[in-house]
Formats: sequence, structure tokens, C-alpha cells
Amino acid sequence: MPVIEKNLKVKVLVLGDSGVGKSSFTQLLCHNQSSKTPGYTIGCTVEIKLHDFKQGTAEEKTYCVEIWDIGASKSHNTSRYIFYNNVNGIILAHDLTNLKSLQNLSKWLNDALSQDTTGGLSSIKVGSSASRNSGDDNSPLSIPVLMVGTKLDQFNAENRQFIISRSKSYADEIGCKEIHLSTIESKYIAAGSGNAVELSRFFDQVVDHAIIRQATVSSVVQSPVVDRRGSFGERRRQNVTPVSRLFGMKRD
Amino acid sequence: MYYLVRNDPFPILSPQHGILSIEQIISRVGVIGVTVMALLSGFGAVNCPYTYSSYFLRHVTDADIHALERKLLQTNEMIISKKKRLAIAKRAAESQRGEEVTNGGGIWARFRPSTPLATTENVSQLQEDIRIHEELSRQLFLESVDLHATKDRIEYSKTFKGRYFNILGYFFSLYCMWKIFMCTINIVFNRVGKKDPVTKGFEILVHYMGFDVDVGFWSQHVSFILIGVMIVTSIRGLLITLTKFFYAISSSKSSNIIVMGLAQIMGMYFVSSVLLMRMNMPESYRKIITQILGDLQFQFYHRWFDVIFLVSALSSIGFLYLAHKQAPEKHTTKDLKLSSAFRE
Repeated sequence: MPVIEKNLKVKVLVLGDSGVGKSSFTQLLCHNQSSKTPGYTIGCTVEIKLHDFKQGTAEEKTYCVEIWDIGASKSHNTSRYIFYNNVNGIILAHDLTNLKSLQNLSKWLNDALSQDTTGGLSSIKVGSSASRNSGDDNSPLSIPVLMVGTKLDQFNAENRQFIISRSKSYADEIGCKEIHLSTIESKYIAAGSGNAVELSRFFDQVVDHAIIRQATVSSVVQSPVVDRRGSFGERRRQNVTPVSRLFGMKRD
Repeated sequence: MYYLVRNDPFPILSPQHGILSIEQIISRVGVIGVTVMALLSGFGAVNCPYTYSSYFLRHVTDADIHALERKLLQTNEMIISKKKRLAIAKRAAESQRGEEVTNGGGIWARFRPSTPLATTENVSQLQEDIRIHEELSRQLFLESVDLHATKDRIEYSKTFKGRYFNILGYFFSLYCMWKIFMCTINIVFNRVGKKDPVTKGFEILVHYMGFDVDVGFWSQHVSFILIGVMIVTSIRGLLITLTKFFYAISSSKSSNIIVMGLAQIMGMYFVSSVLLMRMNMPESYRKIITQILGDLQFQFYHRWFDVIFLVSALSSIGFLYLAHKQAPEKHTTKDLKLSSAFRE
């Protein structure tokens, strides 16, 4: 069994309009079963997903990814900003049967990025696989984004193509990948399916982002004079300084 | 109320007219409409000054909000750490079971129905803790929403528009208290007013302040304007309330029925508002309405309205008082719960 890394805080937000299926999707991701009695989420629910980072390679490690499922009632708009700190990844959920939920996604994304007070990470260019390997230090540190279209089971085979093409334009605009599924059955993210591959890739990018950010912060704390930003790929540094304690994160 | 209903029977069936004549229908409709109207106006009469005037606003500082948010985030962190332990324990259990299957538990596996978890975690205790923390986190979030809303209201009340509404609120509260007082007198002394308030107001103006106005001419116009404004605002208020109500209880199946029910209620409301407006009009115009609506016992409606209005106003005063009282106490009880949760 690969080593489980407990100390790195990896945070992913699930955003979207009320009723699109964020809570069902979170349940599906983390527990592989859909909830029978979903209700409106108040505030935010956090679930943990154990993600095998770099699965199949020698460096495989299991990370605990926190998935924050944010409730979307309109009246709670003013208080939601406290959940938007220190984000490593964003999942935008929209309802395939409802065009309005698709159009509101850009608003959700802008809200989350503008209210993230950890500052400086406002670019939404998704990290490509090239930057993951080479540690491209010239590109801005960007948060990975994934679009998820829910309620696919409401369409029969002919309509699916049209619906999928409709959301593709939004995905291209934001510059992110997208998957379509129905949260009722777990077959949509069964291991080996295209959706599962996309999700796994997305979570790899998220973990990368978290590692890089922690390395950046620890390097700034350790040596403010020497500019060490050229060596993002090294993981040694995160074991040297237990920066996690500085942020008040608990060790279990 | 029981005695009132018994002594003053509903004017629904009367031997003179048939069941389906206009008078009967309007009298039945009028009862329901007047009830709805009195309920709404009773609640509105109390709620309006409570909302508009800043006298009742609780003082919320930024420090309060920050403290609450920190609590909320701390609770979330605890939930996260407990869920991590749970997830890791679950995975350990699964891999252990997987190992036993691959290694071949042999004959013994068939006799042992399930192996005990070789973890140090107490799973059910963890799940119970998580449930409690999640409930707490929801409560804290709702309180934070409340505090933000109050803070916005405080800032709004400092602007010009806010001050204007504040003054309106004071006037309104005076008017509402006067109305409640008049209702009580009407019920106790069992009388229905004869003159409409506008004419009375003008007469007072003429007598005590010596204004030289043509009472008849001006009172007619002013009363019409006032009545128009009152009807428009009350129907608008009703529609807004009904819309909120509709959003709260509608679902995809029942929305048609609810819409039709609400349309019915609105129709009844309108008819009964015409009925009640009769009291506000000058003498000559009352005859017109009496002719249109037929031979109804108007006195009954006015009394019924007064009674329901009084009941509704008093009960909403009671509710708002309780709600207002509970709000400052919420902080102390939450602290107790949170500290006991941390002690575990």
C-alpha cells in the first residue's frame, strides 16, 4: 500500500448553482455511492478523497484531497468568501438540462478567484502536463479547473451530442477540461472510463499545485534573500521545514 | 373569539336571497378575503416599524464577525481531520480484507464471517463526532449570514435613504399603534365609525387651526388619492408576500395548484379591500358601494376585520419579541456547545 501523505493540505472547491448536483457528485467521488436523500447544502460540506498521486509510477503516494462542497443559496452570498482561501483546485458543476447554470459558471469562477485572499493567484490558465514535469517557473501559478456537467441521464443518445457541444464552448473559453455524467450511477466514473482518467489527471494537477505552492511559501520563509524559485520540482524542501505548523494545521 | 362568532353569526345564508345570488357570493368571498387582509395587515403593522426603524437593530461589529468566522473555520478543520482519519481507516480495512482474500484465508475464512478491524480508530464514535461538528458548522454559518445582513442594514441606515425610511418607520409605528388602539375601542364599545378619517381630519384642521379650505371638495379628492395609494400598495405587498410563499412551498408537481389557489386568494383580497374601503370614503360615495355590492351587513365585516387584525397584531408582537430576545442569547449557548465539543 502506498504511503499516505497526511500533512499536505490540498483543497478543491465544488462550485455551481443551487440544485445542479454538487453534493451528489461529491458523494460519488469520495464514497462511490450516490446519496439517496439529498437536501440543499447549507454553508459547506467537506469530504475527503484519497487520491493516488502518480499512480503506477515509482513515486506513487496517496494524498488526502479535501473536497469542499459549497452551498449555493442566494441569500448566503455575503458569507461564502471565508471558504475561498487557499484553494488548490476548482470544480465547476452545471446542470446539462439548464442553460442558465452553465452561464452562471463564469460568475462563480470570478467570485472564487477574486475573493481568494491568499493573493496573487488569479490566473485561471490550467496547468498543462508540460508544466507539471519541467517545473515551468515562468508561467504564473494557476489553479486547475474542471467543468462537470450533471444529469446526463435525462438525455437520450441523439440529444447528448448537442448538449455536449453546447458546454464545450464555455469550457474552451475558460480553458479547462470537462466531463459529463449522471450522479445516480457510479458507472460514469468507473475505473478505466474516460471520465475517471480526466478526474485522475485533474487531481494530479491539483496535488502538484499544492506541492508547488507549499514549496514557494516555505522557500520564502526560509530564505527571503536568495531567490530559489528556479527549482520547483524538488520535493526535498517540504520535509525540511514543517511549514504546515505555521498555518495552524493540525497533525493527527 | 368563540363568543363573538356565536353572537354574531356569519352573514352567509339569508332567507331573502338565493344561494347563488351576488350578495351571497360576495359575502362568502368577503369573509375569506377580510380574514386574509386582517392577518396580513396585522402582521405588517407590527413588522413594518420593526424593520424600518433602527431602534431595534442589534449592534454588530467587525470583530464579532471575524470571531465567528474563525470559529467556523476551526470547526471545519476538525471535521476535516476526523474525516481523514476515517477515510484512512476505511482504506486500511479494505486493503486488509483484500490481502486476506489474495493470500487465501483458507478454510478459516469461511468460518469467520468478518474479521475485526485492525485499526485503533473507533469508527462509529468518529462518525457521531463528525455529525455533531457538521451540525455546528451549519449553525455557525447561518449565524454568520445573519450578522452580515445586520451589518449591511446598519450601514444602510446611515445613508440618506436609510434615514428617510427610518423616519417613515417612526410615523408608521405611530399610525399602527393608533390603529390597534382604535380596533380595541371598536370591539370593546361595539361601535362602527360613521365618519371617514379624511373628512374628520379636515374638520379638525378647520376647527382647531383655522385653515380656510372647502372641506367637501378637498376631502373627496384627498380621500380618493389616499385610497388609491392604499389599494395599490396593499395589493403589491400581497403579491410580494405570496411570491415568497410560493417559492418556499412550490415543487414541480404542485406548482399549478398553488398558483391557482393564490390567484383565488388575490381575487378575494381585492373584493374585500373594496368592501373595507367603504369606511374610508365620504358619505355620498358609500351609497354607491352599497348599491354595487348589494345588501351586505357591513358592520359585521368591519368588526370581523378589527378582531382578526387585533389578534394578528398581538401575536406578531409576541413572536417578534421572542425572536428578538433569542438573538443575543444565541451567542452564549453556542459558546457552551463549542467549548464542550473542543473538550472531547
